[in-house]
Amino acid sequence: MDLVNILNLGIKEIRGLLRDPIMMFLVVFSFTVQIYTSATAVIETLNRAPISVVDEDDSPVSNRIIQAFQPPYFTPPVLITQGEMDRRMDEGRDTFALDIPPGFQRDLLAGKVPEIQLNVDATRMAQAFSGSGYVQQIVAAEVNEFLNHYRSSEPPSADLVLRARYNPTLNGGWFQAIMGISDSVTLLALVLAGAALIREREHGTIEHLLVMPVTPLEIMVSKIWSMSLVVLVGTAFSLVVMCEWLLGIPVNGSLALFLLGTALHLFATASLGIFLATVAGSMPQFGILMILVLLPLQVLSGAQTPRESMPQLVQDIMLFAPNTHYVILSQSVLFRGAGLDVIWPQMIWLAGIGAALFSISLHYFRRFLK
Amino acid sequence: MAAASVVRSGAVTLSYGAVRALDTVSLDIPAGRMVGLIGPDGVGKSSLLALISGARAMQQGELQVLGGDMRSTMHRQAVCPRIAYMPQGLGKNLYQTLSVFENVDFFGRLFGLDRAEREARITDLLTATGLERFRDRPAGKLSGGMKQKLGLCCALIHDPDLLILDEPTTGVDPLSRRQFWDLIDRIRAGRPGMSVIVATAYMEEAAGFDWLVAMNAGQVLATGTPAELRQQTGAADLDAAFIALLPEADRMGHRRVEIPPLDHVASDYAIEAEGLTMRFGDFTAVDDVSFQIPRGEIFGFLGSNGCGKTTTMKMLTGLLSASEGHARLFGQEVKPQDIAIRRRVGYMSQAFSLYGELTVAQNLDLHARLFKLDEARITPRIREMAERFDLTDVMGVRPDALPLGIRQRLSLAVAMIHAPDILILDEPTSGVDPVARDAFWQILAELSRKDGVTIFVSTHFMNEAMLCDRISLMHAGRVLVSDQPQAIVEAHGAATLEDAFIDYLEAAIGETDAAAEAPAPTGPKQNRGAPSRRIFDPRRMFSYAMRETMELRRDPIRGTLAILGSLILMLVIGLGINMDVEDLSFAVLDHDDSKISQDYVNQLSGSRYFIEQSPLLDYAEMDRRMREGRLDLALEIPPHFGRDLLRGKDVEIGAWIDGANPTRAETVQGYVQGMHAYWLTERAREEYGDAAVAGDFSLQLRYRYNPDIKSLVAMVPAVIPLLLMLIPAMLSTLSVVREKELGSITNLYVTPVTRLEFLLGKQLPYTAIATLNFFLITAVAIFIFKVPFTGSFLVYVLSGILYVSAATALGLVVSAFMKSQLAAVFATAMGTLLPAVQFSGLIDPVSSLQGLGAVISRIYPTTYFMTIARGAFSKGLGFADLAASIWPLVLTIPVLLAIATALMRKQEK
Repeated sequence: MDLVNILNLGIKEIRGLLRDPIMMFLVVFSFTVQIYTSATAVIETLNRAPISVVDEDDSPVSNRIIQAFQPPYFTPPVLITQGEMDRRMDEGRDTFALDIPPGFQRDLLAGKVPEIQLNVDATRMAQAFSGSGYVQQIVAAEVNEFLNHYRSSEPPSADLVLRARYNPTLNGGWFQAIMGISDSVTLLALVLAGAALIREREHGTIEHLLVMPVTPLEIMVSKIWSMSLVVLVGTAFSLVVMCEWLLGIPVNGSLALFLLGTALHLFATASLGIFLATVAGSMPQFGILMILVLLPLQVLSGAQTPRESMPQLVQDIMLFAPNTHYVILSQSVLFRGAGLDVIWPQMIWLAGIGAALFSISLHYFRRFLK
Repeated sequence: MAAASVVRSGAVTLSYGAVRALDTVSLDIPAGRMVGLIGPDGVGKSSLLALISGARAMQQGELQVLGGDMRSTMHRQAVCPRIAYMPQGLGKNLYQTLSVFENVDFFGRLFGLDRAEREARITDLLTATGLERFRDRPAGKLSGGMKQKLGLCCALIHDPDLLILDEPTTGVDPLSRRQFWDLIDRIRAGRPGMSVIVATAYMEEAAGFDWLVAMNAGQVLATGTPAELRQQTGAADLDAAFIALLPEADRMGHRRVEIPPLDHVASDYAIEAEGLTMRFGDFTAVDDVSFQIPRGEIFGFLGSNGCGKTTTMKMLTGLLSASEGHARLFGQEVKPQDIAIRRRVGYMSQAFSLYGELTVAQNLDLHARLFKLDEARITPRIREMAERFDLTDVMGVRPDALPLGIRQRLSLAVAMIHAPDILILDEPTSGVDPVARDAFWQILAELSRKDGVTIFVSTHFMNEAMLCDRISLMHAGRVLVSDQPQAIVEAHGAATLEDAFIDYLEAAIGETDAAAEAPAPTGPKQNRGAPSRRIFDPRRMFSYAMRETMELRRDPIRGTLAILGSLILMLVIGLGINMDVEDLSFAVLDHDDSKISQDYVNQLSGSRYFIEQSPLLDYAEMDRRMREGRLDLALEIPPHFGRDLLRGKDVEIGAWIDGANPTRAETVQGYVQGMHAYWLTERAREEYGDAAVAGDFSLQLRYRYNPDIKSLVAMVPAVIPLLLMLIPAMLSTLSVVREKELGSITNLYVTPVTRLEFLLGKQLPYTAIATLNFFLITAVAIFIFKVPFTGSFLVYVLSGILYVSAATALGLVVSAFMKSQLAAVFATAMGTLLPAVQFSGLIDPVSSLQGLGAVISRIYPTTYFMTIARGAFSKGLGFADLAASIWPLVLTIPVLLAIATALMRKQEK
């Protein structure tokens, strides 16, 4: 292995990448716009949730309740009859249907504890869950105010003081931004390293290299280091400029440690990219393979949904995917400020997976050159 | 008819962007003749042929083919069955994974031949071309010559009046070339009325044609019979005549190549091959090849594409290790691992293979460094090379922007950068114009004679071979003869090297061309054309559908995506999408440790959501364990908690949640608050009775359709529409864009198949596969994810089939905008996922969308199938309830197909 060759070939890769407008666009986009939008365009669980009301009472109190549902949380309520309710819910037009029974106000004033029915379309998980809580609160508040009945509410005998660590306001944007970086890192490492190889093959330059005093190992290492370096620079930029400065996300842990972990992850994923490129052979086939490989890697890595909620078997299998460890690592370092003493197992996993992927890729790469 | 003209053009001009490919070309091509278009690559020959065949749309000027205006769609439709067009490139319009028979059969169907007629005619043509033996071999595995013969069979299947061949013999061995022309002659003898127009770069071939058009830089230089052209210029052969016809500026600096004879033959050998053999599986690419090349010699390797030239060269350079035999450079064994020997060799591979993204200077610099030139020597050496190869003016330019001739000089400069003793050049001049080619050979001559460099060069041009000191003729992996070119010609008493080569080839094959004796293919019994004029012919549609299916079956990666793609993604998303948070770990820092505090903790640890970990001893431990990510929740119960509570004093329980993942943290928060409230209520109930906890009213919550509020039940029916959009649309887009990228789209342009037949033929197989996928993922939903199915299965299935048809139709629409397959993959992924995720009711109900989102949701088919899937799975609905969503789907399919047809072109723009 000749380090000077690796350096020179790597510089060539970087020069080539800088001149490739599509790839450069992808790199820049992934580390700026992509991160910004995922941090700011967090989907609020309750946004204009459609609600309808069957008002069988038509009393001041029922009107009060209806008036209380307002955008942005709810759409202005549609007044319907009991007969329409099922059909509208079947068609998925309403997530919530509130049924206020006849004589609600009368019973309320008489202290008979009347009952309001709230129908929730539970096929819309997120809205159903958080929305029904809101509906209950709104109805209770309106009824309370109507009754104008300020009972000397007994002070709660025990108070629960909840504090969220590492992200005190539970700002979803922080999480999305950081996980967005980890998704971008994986995507770019795969695409850049794989495309760099396929481009050489399609242009016939790979053969040209091989008649020179250069070994396959040097070619592969040069592609891995150069593409990883580009992604690493992008990651650092994204974290410091986009996250800390622009989006104001506090990064708790050590940037250097995170970048070290990222480098290990890049080693593994760039090797995987080269492996996929040797299997695919052509750009379009590579594109298809990417979709089949990247989606499972990202969806099951724990960046989208908590890893703990997945079936045990999936969790076990995903231990062999670099993303899993990288996601744990980045959450630990960037949010919890964990040090090497905490994340060393992830580092070892990443290095091990990287070494394995690298050897497999090298084997296939040599065969690919034949 | 013989006296009339078959093609008449008036001031035809064609531009690609800023490049003018044809510049006011006016021609009158006589009918019933064999007409040649001559000139180097890139002068507009192919563009002119594409216009004549109707494959490319006219821009300016007039063009009459077979007596009608090619700008008129009517006329094109009428004459299309009478024209056959074979585009440039070996087997460009063939389908590489289809067998010989399947290829011809496909064209037969497109031209509306019935089964019996097809069978008879295909056998006839295959016998005549000698391909009958290879009937079942995939086209991709044929040799170059055989591919071209197969292309000819496909072109002749419908018995055309005008046959257009674009460089049919480039890269084909001389014997196959001769056979090819013999075949054309025999066919013409059988059909004297047929006109043939051929583009060629081989002047030797063109010399035998009836009438020639010499072209340069988009313009016609001269027309006439070969004899007339020679007379006009007073040249001895066509090559010279052509150069003489060129404008003054292009001829500048041209002189005939002169290579002084080798004054003494060196005693030591630079290159030696001894019994070199290379096998790939059971295929022997190079078979027992031996030769010895003295130092300083120019040694030529002559043979067709695929005869083993390149493989031999790769063994000499150490790119491949020989299965048997030895290769020696300067007496040293070539070993692939041996890096040192490579420093003495310069190699120039077949295709231009330098980095287009680096400038000329950067390319030279990179190679100088890889060859380990001293830092101090790099700059002077680069300057020296630039001057010698006349590259000084283009040092800052990227090679992509340079003409082929200059790029070849650059390649040579790169190969020479480290001053090697041996140059190995693999077809260095293919596609280069004659003037630049001569200049290139002049440089080679200097290198050999002045610098004593040994040059090993392969070519398929006979006149280049004549310039070599010695040559080897190669065929099918074997060297037929090695000697001085003149000696080879004389020994055989042949007129030219080509004749001698053919003699050797025939002797080697051990048979004269079997096909030569075969009868010329007979024409079809009756003149057809009537069935192919129909606006919609199901046979042509099925012809495309069948072919698509066969291709897909033979492409493992695309096939996997088609059959298993949706299934894999369904499993992945189903497993990954689970938002149900359970088994949260928590630990308690209990300063009180009373019965009441334990009761509080027990309530948490007793629930299915929480698992209690070993208790915390102090804050430091809490910090550490939370930082390690081992606790989702930490509770602190203050001292005297139980006592104070009993006394009615306010107490405070502290709870810390790991907020790294906010969604999860919110859920934890909800659970803890809920349990805390419940614990308080229970305590109040115990102490004061039910009345104390009753409110003013009660709110009864009914979670409909999914009473247990399970993620999978909610999400899976919504994910099905997503997946059935993504992959089917991507596949149908790819099916069209692939043809565009590979060039077989030409068959749509020049055969009678209509756009609608083409599109439906593409859509059909993918809709069938998508339907299969639909059943598979529905089965996964029901049996693996246990999502209850409550509605009408029949309605669900029917809507599903409608929906996947809409998805594939949408893919066809997208394909109109895409040129490369890679772009198609990502654009379809983005373009289908975004509206499907954002605007189809997956997350926010359609009724809460506003503005553009609301408009998209109303026209996007996923919206409707989302309602149907949810309704049929979870809401127990049937046709009457879902009709409002089914009709829009029914309507979408014809609308999308109409748009796709309108956007599709029947000619290249």
